[in-house]
Amino acid sequence: MNGGDEAGASGDLPQPLDWRFSQVFGERSAGEEVQEVDIISAIEFDKSGDHLATGDRGGRVVLFERTDSKNTSGARRDLEGTDYPLRHPEFRYKTEFQSHEPEFDYLKSLEIEEKINKIRWSQTANGALFLLSTNDKTIKFWKVQDKKIKKICDINTDSSKTLGNGSVASSSNSNSTNACLTNGGLPDKVNNSLSNDFSLPPGGIPLLRLPVVTTSHETSPVARCRRVYTHAHDYHINSISNNSDGETFISADDLRINLWNLEISNQSFNIVDVKPANMEDLTEVITSAEFHPTHCNTLAYSSSKGSIRLIDLRQSALCDSHSKLFEDTETPSSRSFFTEIIASISDIKFAKEGRYILSRDYMTLKLWDINMDSGPVSTFQVHEHLRPKLCDLYENDSIFDKFECCLSGDGLRVSTGSYSNLFRVFGVSPGSTESTTLEASKNPMRRQVTTPSRPSRSLSSITRVVRRGAAESPGVDGNGNSFDHTTKLLHLAWHPTENSIACAAANSLYMYYA
Amino acid sequence: MAMVDEPLYPIAVLIDELKNDDIQLRLNSIRRLSTIARALGEERTRKELIPFLSENSDDDDEVLLAMAEELGVFIPFVGGIEYAHVLLPPLESLCTVEETCVREKAVESLCKIGSQMKENDLVESFVPLVKRLAAGEWFAARVSACGIFHVAYQGCTDVLKTELRATYSQLCQDDMPMVRRAAASNLGKFATTVESTFLIAEIMTMFDDLTKDDQDSVRLLAVEGCAALGKLLEPQDCVARILPVIVNFSQDKSWRVRYMVANQLYELCEAVGPDCTRTDLVPAYVRLLRDNEAEVRIAAAGKVTKFCRLLNPELAIQHILPCVKELSSDSSQHVRSALASVIMGMAPILGKDSTIEHLLPIFLSLLKDEFPDVRLNIISKLDQVNQVIGIDLLSQSLLPAIVELAEDRHWRVRLAIIEYVPLLASQLGIGFFDDKLGALCMQWLQDKVYSIREAAANNLKRLAEEFGPEWAMQHLVPQVLDMVNNPHYLHRMMVLRAISLMAPVMGSEITCSKFLPVVVEASKDRVPNIKFNVAKLLQSLIPIVDQSVVDKTIRQCLVDLSEDPDVDVRYFANQALNSIDGTTAAQS
Repeated sequence: MNGGDEAGASGDLPQPLDWRFSQVFGERSAGEEVQEVDIISAIEFDKSGDHLATGDRGGRVVLFERTDSKNTSGARRDLEGTDYPLRHPEFRYKTEFQSHEPEFDYLKSLEIEEKINKIRWSQTANGALFLLSTNDKTIKFWKVQDKKIKKICDINTDSSKTLGNGSVASSSNSNSTNACLTNGGLPDKVNNSLSNDFSLPPGGIPLLRLPVVTTSHETSPVARCRRVYTHAHDYHINSISNNSDGETFISADDLRINLWNLEISNQSFNIVDVKPANMEDLTEVITSAEFHPTHCNTLAYSSSKGSIRLIDLRQSALCDSHSKLFEDTETPSSRSFFTEIIASISDIKFAKEGRYILSRDYMTLKLWDINMDSGPVSTFQVHEHLRPKLCDLYENDSIFDKFECCLSGDGLRVSTGSYSNLFRVFGVSPGSTESTTLEASKNPMRRQVTTPSRPSRSLSSITRVVRRGAAESPGVDGNGNSFDHTTKLLHLAWHPTENSIACAAANSLYMYYA
Repeated sequence: MAMVDEPLYPIAVLIDELKNDDIQLRLNSIRRLSTIARALGEERTRKELIPFLSENSDDDDEVLLAMAEELGVFIPFVGGIEYAHVLLPPLESLCTVEETCVREKAVESLCKIGSQMKENDLVESFVPLVKRLAAGEWFAARVSACGIFHVAYQGCTDVLKTELRATYSQLCQDDMPMVRRAAASNLGKFATTVESTFLIAEIMTMFDDLTKDDQDSVRLLAVEGCAALGKLLEPQDCVARILPVIVNFSQDKSWRVRYMVANQLYELCEAVGPDCTRTDLVPAYVRLLRDNEAEVRIAAAGKVTKFCRLLNPELAIQHILPCVKELSSDSSQHVRSALASVIMGMAPILGKDSTIEHLLPIFLSLLKDEFPDVRLNIISKLDQVNQVIGIDLLSQSLLPAIVELAEDRHWRVRLAIIEYVPLLASQLGIGFFDDKLGALCMQWLQDKVYSIREAAANNLKRLAEEFGPEWAMQHLVPQVLDMVNNPHYLHRMMVLRAISLMAPVMGSEITCSKFLPVVVEASKDRVPNIKFNVAKLLQSLIPIVDQSVVDKTIRQCLVDLSEDPDVDVRYFANQALNSIDGTTAAQS
């Protein structure tokens, strides 16, 4: 059951990584209250790893760009300044924009939060960045481009500058005398005189001149919403995923998955519908969905019952029947009220080559081989130490927290978040015992535990009393496993090519490298 | 000292607004680009306006789209064909923007300009442009390049032609699926310009590669190339090179590819000739008609008539008809609906006997289909069968279905059937219509849904046109006028509506003798809505009836109404009175 536990195998295992703090954005100063809207709700690296996007509960998307990369001209200056090669990716704030606003659905009397649920990068084109962001109902396609600041001057009707002649000023109209911008319209009478037979000399009129545009060297990133995909989901969107064909993407809510063409925002095709005819028969919902990284016809989605289904878009237009089903058939030793709740998968990710799928449920991380549907290749215990406390976690709703998971670019390690701003990194190569616990703080190794993937001893009742007595300080048991359910690290992302992790602790973005 | 005279001022503003902050004004200026060009003169257009536009490619998509379109017809404004090349740079930069519709318009304009350019201009400026785009850093440029090869290729030197073919071949193997898709969908166009020796040697190799692409989305566009290439190749080459591909495609794993085949297959029949059609394409088509994906069957069913038209009747009866029978009871309503929309067209192909023997049972079962769309599709194509088997046979089975649809629960279905009533009436003839449909037409006038009542009134007008005023006088007018005593004011209002529509068709005499008394009576209604509608109606009757009637009856009635306690009634009555005065004034 526990892949991470098979110690002492082959010789050339990758060494456990030594994680170091790299950067933090939006660090909280002592005693500072976290604003709800500032809490990060989505993190995503782009394909090249040169950009990172975060979304927050206030509907904003913040972009960061890598400062040490060699192929962007803007960063070259920084590189020349530093004579030594940089050892790890470093990012700087690039820009931010308001992606979603709170809305109200009058037909259903429903408030639609602006919180960004997911961000996915799309194909870069013409030097501009493209990304999809979604809240519960609406997906938006954004273009972010560095624009040079332009000024317009030398225009015909600007009396003060080019003409200085009474003949124009006398025909006073709404044209501004501002040297740089006209904001006047073409008045009706002018329009009329134009449409009349206004004869022009064959050689042209030398007095007329074109506006001169002066471009400054400074650029500033400008985000523009290119398309809005809406009115296609009755339930809350939990995932969006781009297809490798560069043309389509999917969006998934609790019961349905829709397929969109990036260029067509007014229609989508429903490809999966698990809604039963009678909602009382509902036993399972879709929790996450993702396209295969290279096969344009394959996608996977996970369910609240802990299963992952692989579907082949080639088979049929409506893919209600899966082509492969992955379930952990091993029956848990003790079934309880919580068995089904904790089996629910909160996130799935394909590994880079598309052969493996990583899934996260409340207690574990599981790695699946898409060629083996008998069970997971390995299982990593993340929250085993919380098993005795499930009842408490259920009462305060923490048991429904949706932790994300991620894989390293080389596919050798996986990572996921936990409570008390901790996150875990596991080695997945056969025989690897690598298992690290880090804290999202400037000193990530503070709480490192040597063998955390072993089921922990149950907590002594004394600790619990202490915790209850002092609710402010997060309690830590003898193994360093913590259980402060209020500070949870749900969102994290692994850099696509390097060992670098970005993770969100409330409103702060922490970056680590190894 | 520079100064803009009063008459030039509008153009000056137009030019300035090329750079206005308001997109609407910029759009307006771009749409009048030809005016600006004329004002500047040819030389300054070439030297100033065009370079200015070339640097304008970061504007809003709408503006860029308009610009791409305008530039396509700009040759006269830059001084004619010999200067056409100056238009290429701005279009080239528009070919690289990420918005597809702008790129497509730019490509279209480039093709327009390129096809007019002289040969050495083409070689000097157009071909290098194609090469630049094809080597573009971003995929958008390479996608655009695919669409202009066919223009560049014509009239090029042999060396350049070899180069262009090699470049296109590279685009067919591009890393980005978007580029391969563009290459696939433009291959047919490019192939038409390529010499036949290279067609087999090079174009077909590119085609083969595309048909084996990993991405469904590329393969399915290659299907479109099948038909285009098939028409270019010699029949024996087509059989050898295209036929295996299309047969393979018809069994592709991906339903989207099979869907494309189902849509395109009939186009290949001609290219491969009757023998191969019989041995290969008919079996492939039958497979598609029986595909297990409904979308594929929908596409195949929708082409059944087109396909059968290319076969001899025996072949159609032997192979296709059994499938059609199966499709008529398909589990998907959309398949049945697609079949119903084309199946009537098979009647002329099969001839009377076969139609009665084979098709009629299928029509009938589709006419009884539980989905109204299916029934409607059959009824809408009724005329095609009528010619073959005659109305008597059809009407026996048709009428119950029509009556059922006329009373359908969904008002849109009722609306659709009303639209077909005039067609039915012309097909069925007067006698038949009187018996069966006349009552329905009156019933619709009292429908619960306004749109139906409105359509019913309009229908009366069209029937009157079809069968003539005399018939209408007998069969429509009395029934309509009876309704004026209906206790519900909305129904009484329908009478007025029907009168306003029918009056122009029925002519002055009937209007004065039959309609006018009823209308005048209605002006004493207790409901103000009726009264102001009377006022509106009277206004519309003015041009139809004689001036004496206007003076005698209509004016008095309106004067009464203009003293009504209700403000709206007074308003419309006065409006009508004004229009009487207007016409009298104009006449005098």
